[in-house]
Amino acid sequence: MFYIYCPHCREHREEEEFHAKGQAHIARPADPDNCTDEEWGNYVFFRKNPRGLHHELWYHSTGCRKFFNVTRDTVSYEIKEVYKIGEQPQVVAKG
Amino acid sequence: MSETLAPENEVATVAVMNQLPGRDVRAESPLYHAEMDKLAARNPRAGGVLLRELKLLGHLTLRGSQDNQSFMSGCEAVLGVALPTQPLTSVEKGSVSVRWISPDEWLVVLPGDQAFEVERGLRAAIEGHYSVVNVSGGQTILELSGPNAIDVLKKSTALDVHPSQFPVGKVAGSVFAKSTALVRRSSEDTWELVIRRSFADYLWLWLQDASREYGLVIKS
Repeated sequence: MFYIYCPHCREHREEEEFHAKGQAHIARPADPDNCTDEEWGNYVFFRKNPRGLHHELWYHSTGCRKFFNVTRDTVSYEIKEVYKIGEQPQVVAKG
Repeated sequence: MSETLAPENEVATVAVMNQLPGRDVRAESPLYHAEMDKLAARNPRAGGVLLRELKLLGHLTLRGSQDNQSFMSGCEAVLGVALPTQPLTSVEKGSVSVRWISPDEWLVVLPGDQAFEVERGLRAAIEGHYSVVNVSGGQTILELSGPNAIDVLKKSTALDVHPSQFPVGKVAGSVFAKSTALVRRSSEDTWELVIRRSFADYLWLWLQDASREYGLVIKS
């Protein structure tokens, strides 16, 4: 079980209050009408599955109903940091 | 197509109506069928958990930015109390209480017959981008009190309800049984649960079961 800090409620809550929403920072193509099929395919279907640091989108579904980002180590399951939508992660993988 | 709608010329058209049909129409709360008044009349007087439904109150969901001066001052003027901006807090003045839900959302609870008037007042007082929705019919409030109310909460929710973590006045939305509730500690041993109408019967059954070992007293 995770014990997750919600940056909007500003306190730690149990994981069952949250929903994981997958990889964070997926930018919609700026010009969707002129995308190649490959660009659309990458945007819609293809996701990272790193061993190590991963930036994820989480949703505080039973609390404040806000989305926010979590940087998590997929090996140790340790949550390295939590940051709001629109902010950039401070903890990033090397290289 | 979209360039014809300049934001400054845009007039919001919202259908505002009084949701109370009139005094001659019988209003039924989500737990009407539980007949809590009858249960209260024949209940034992002693027990560790006291339960009552704070029924047919007016619930208004307010949304707006804290940066919108008109929104913040308009709400304060109409409600008579400023919106709490500190997370997980609530304010209460007279018969009106305001619960913080998220940085841009609040729940105003007030007597049912004032909801329409207050909603119209808010719409007249606020400018800019905001939302006021009367959700009175969609939810109800259960009040748990008594020395063992906290034990029932511990069985039902993942929240830390210890006084050091959950002081009087705090509000937190969380999982409650297999449903959700907005929990507020209104006094040392009194807790208010804002619950969805569709889960009201389930939670009523759950609370009866969870309170059985302490003795449940229904109040009207």
